[in-house]
Amino acid sequence: MNCIEARALLHAYLDDELDAPRSMEIAQHLATCAACTERYRALENLQHSLRAPQLRYAAPTALAARIRSHLPASAPGPFPARPWQWPALSAALAASLLLAIAVAGWQAAQLRAHRTDALVTEAVSDHVRSLLASHLIDVRSSDRHTVKPWFDGRLDFSPQVKDLDAQGFELIGGRLDVLGDERVAALVYKRHLHMINLFQWPANGASDSRQPTEQARNGYRALGWREGGMQFLAVSDTADLDAFVQDFRAAVPLASEPR
Amino acid sequence: MATRAQFEANVMQHLDAAFNLARWLARNDADAEDVVQEAALRAFRYFDGFRGGDARVWLLTIVRNTFYSLHASATSKMTESYDEALHDRADEHAPDPEALVLRSVDAGRVRAALERLPADYREVLVLREFEDCSYKEIAAVTGLKIGTVMSRLARARERLHRELTGGEASP
Repeated sequence: MNCIEARALLHAYLDDELDAPRSMEIAQHLATCAACTERYRALENLQHSLRAPQLRYAAPTALAARIRSHLPASAPGPFPARPWQWPALSAALAASLLLAIAVAGWQAAQLRAHRTDALVTEAVSDHVRSLLASHLIDVRSSDRHTVKPWFDGRLDFSPQVKDLDAQGFELIGGRLDVLGDERVAALVYKRHLHMINLFQWPANGASDSRQPTEQARNGYRALGWREGGMQFLAVSDTADLDAFVQDFRAAVPLASEPR
Repeated sequence: MATRAQFEANVMQHLDAAFNLARWLARNDADAEDVVQEAALRAFRYFDGFRGGDARVWLLTIVRNTFYSLHASATSKMTESYDEALHDRADEHAPDPEALVLRSVDAGRVRAALERLPADYREVLVLREFEDCSYKEIAAVTGLKIGTVMSRLARARERLHRELTGGEASP
């Protein structure tokens, strides 16, 4: 590791955000480089100065009391901000059965939406972690035919693996991941410098939903869709994520057995 | 149904962290208290949407959003010109040779220098150094990418170091 590389990572090293091999490289470099060591000491001193306890503000004691005095006795139910819901229920007793069914259906949809939300957040975290900790892939794909058989022995479903080289998305590998309680397959594609994680798992009987739905988290985008009994979720910060999803869906899956 | 007890256990215990972030963003006690009070009430309202995980990070996210929604129109311009004015004045000071070493700087000077930083820099430093947040947590609170958190933190430290050493080359 040279000084330029070391300096780029010095802050992350100070903050204990590097994986073990990278930390080791920095430590080795610091052991032999006086200039970088001096720089690192300056950063440590700066951090030390900032962490002086008198710089941290504590909440005034009266503030907690004031907040408590403003809180209602308990929070609203799980689905607030639907003012029409309760008046409608009380006003039209005759229609209450129908309405209750509608509300139940709506609540179930909300629950599903909540779960999807949580899953997307988790998928984005997995994506980010996979980039940071360099445990992006379990199986490296120098030859694309190694990825598909690698999964086949490890999951109780057979993920779709597709070759998108011609479209400009290089398949660089795959790994096992967990989303919610599901074991899922994650395929890793690369577009220029951007990584794309494509998660897939069985949809468990849920009907197809071919129009991709989009969510955004922390600057990453997630596109999800259901097709052929499988749930797909693509996560990346590349601007070409829509093209990726389109190309992936259009491409022919690779066969299970390497030719 | 969320109860007061659950809210107390998960959220109210992080009131110091919430106030610290709000105080560093607002830079005065009165505004910081308003922000925290409003944020706590919002947190209570949305508590059912909290799906477990780190309640402190969740609350800090709400505090930050509340600060920017309450102060977006009123202070964004004012804050920046205020920053620049103070910053220019700071640049007129001759470098203090002792401070160049930056072994120990008294807290008052660090506080003043930190208050002069642009809010973007100040918030990542406050989250990292005072709240001991990881890059991932800072990314969650600020909505930035982790890579951006890393580079912004580096730039914030360089700028703060310059302020404290009167213009010496950054670490």
